[in-house]
Amino acid sequence: MNWRTVRAIAGKDLLEVRKNRIAIWSIVGLSFFLSVGMPLLIGLLPFGTGPESGDLGPLEALLDLLPPEMQDLPLGSQMVVLMLGSFLAPLFLMIPLMVAAIVGAESFVGEKERRTLEGLLYTPATDLELYAGKVLAGAVPAVVAAFLNFAIYAVVVNLVTGPIVGRVWFPTVPTLALAVWVGPAVALLGVSASVMVSTRVDTFLEANQLTGLLALVIVALMVGQGSGLLLLSLPVLLLVGLALYAADLVLIRLGAAIFSRDRLMARS
Amino acid sequence: MTAIRADGLARSFGPVRAVDSVSFQVETGEVFGLLGPNGAGKTTLIRLLAGVLVPDTGSSRVLGLDPVTDGSLVRGRSGVLTETPAVYERLTARQNLAFAADVFGVPLPEVACRTNDLLARFALQDRADEPVGGFSKGMKQRLALARALVHDPELLFLDEPTAGLDPAASRQVHDLVRALRDEGRTVVLCTHHLVEAEALCDRVGVLAKGRLIALGTVRELSDRLLAASPVALEFLAPVTDEVVGAVGVVPGVAVVERADRRLVLAAPDDAAAADAIGAAVGAGGRLVAAGRREHTLEEVYFALQEAA
Repeated sequence: MNWRTVRAIAGKDLLEVRKNRIAIWSIVGLSFFLSVGMPLLIGLLPFGTGPESGDLGPLEALLDLLPPEMQDLPLGSQMVVLMLGSFLAPLFLMIPLMVAAIVGAESFVGEKERRTLEGLLYTPATDLELYAGKVLAGAVPAVVAAFLNFAIYAVVVNLVTGPIVGRVWFPTVPTLALAVWVGPAVALLGVSASVMVSTRVDTFLEANQLTGLLALVIVALMVGQGSGLLLLSLPVLLLVGLALYAADLVLIRLGAAIFSRDRLMARS
Repeated sequence: MTAIRADGLARSFGPVRAVDSVSFQVETGEVFGLLGPNGAGKTTLIRLLAGVLVPDTGSSRVLGLDPVTDGSLVRGRSGVLTETPAVYERLTARQNLAFAADVFGVPLPEVACRTNDLLARFALQDRADEPVGGFSKGMKQRLALARALVHDPELLFLDEPTAGLDPAASRQVHDLVRALRDEGRTVVLCTHHLVEAEALCDRVGVLAKGRLIALGTVRELSDRLLAASPVALEFLAPVTDEVVGAVGVVPGVAVVERADRRLVLAAPDDAAAADAIGAAVGAGGRLVAAGRREHTLEEVYFALQEAA
């Protein structure tokens, strides 16, 4: 594999994304909503002044996720910490997923719609280099956006919970694992699936709609966490990450194996 | 030396046979024209030769390589101008060329120099750093041509290079093709433009419904397909009925056109033409000039398409 070719293709795609205002504003909007808007909203709601104690029923187990020094906080404050530190945490994975999906879905079908695909297929890049370049182009901004947003989210959470908790407490170990271990896995899942879809459909809209289904993975994690069925503790997160990386590997290998210049050209 | 050799290439898309048992050779340094109406199979043939499509049957050698197994090498040594310019409109002209240089493996220290040279050669240097989306069609086409040359290829496939260009820009492209031939490069030119093909191509291949129905120089094709070319006579004074009558009785000769001082004859061979000229002069015609008018590629092309 010629890495210069792979980097050139990825670099060109990233340059195009940077100049695509719609894509940039979609990413910025989603990032702002999830990393700034949501924690601000939750933090500013009057939960912090809520009841001192109460029965949470099946959600009682969630209180175990709180660090030991927060077990004595009033129930309302505990709820704020839980929501920002645990419930919303999986939602944060939407950022790498959506960024990867936006860039990945554009990859081949976007070139086809802009009538630049034929020129790309006439380059000496092999099928594998073309595919790898497109995957890299989606993965890099997704992972960077994930890390950047996680840092912003951490700052905002600590700011809004400062009056309640009285110290910097975020990120917790599980949320850190979520960001640095599960986040890139989700980014790769988004990009591997969306690039593969992008080679098989005729319009960007189709690609985007199909890759949008990946959001169900995040929804499943949130429902599991919110209902107390799947507590995202450190061991669970390590396993979820491992499963996602395995799925990524399968999808990337499958995508590269079924990618064919001939088929792509014949469809265009 | 042979630059391209195709043996029985065929490719179908579903029920449509886009290229059907096509065989031909292109010599190194030759400008070879591929002619045919839309859907004749010209673009598919280029895609097969560049290793972008795989043939159902048949084989080819391009620059001594098999495009099916060595497609990457073939594409690395050839340049393709696609039917649409296929330039990245969000990027600048310079970025488009730099990307092409990178992906075609131009040595890194040479990229900037090569890019600047091509921008200057194609008169794009003044707008080199503007997004291509704002360029006219002619500018995009020039940029696409520059991109096809960025890696200094030995072989060029030009698919409708003057489509949509104004006469000045078309002339520039024609000059470029001649310059490429002078540099010893091989050029395969797909075109609808018969005058262009006639002016630029050493030989042409005519495609119809995926089949190569004729191959050769324009002269060879006209000799094979059409009756002997007409003989045009120019007189000092308007042509008289006596001259027309004298010419008309020469065996095998017929008057095709009579206009003021000009007479065009159909003569089966040079001997009949000489007899007709003698008869015209004998009848009092004061001859100024006489000569055969070669068939145009257009006449050959339509004769072929009708036959197909």
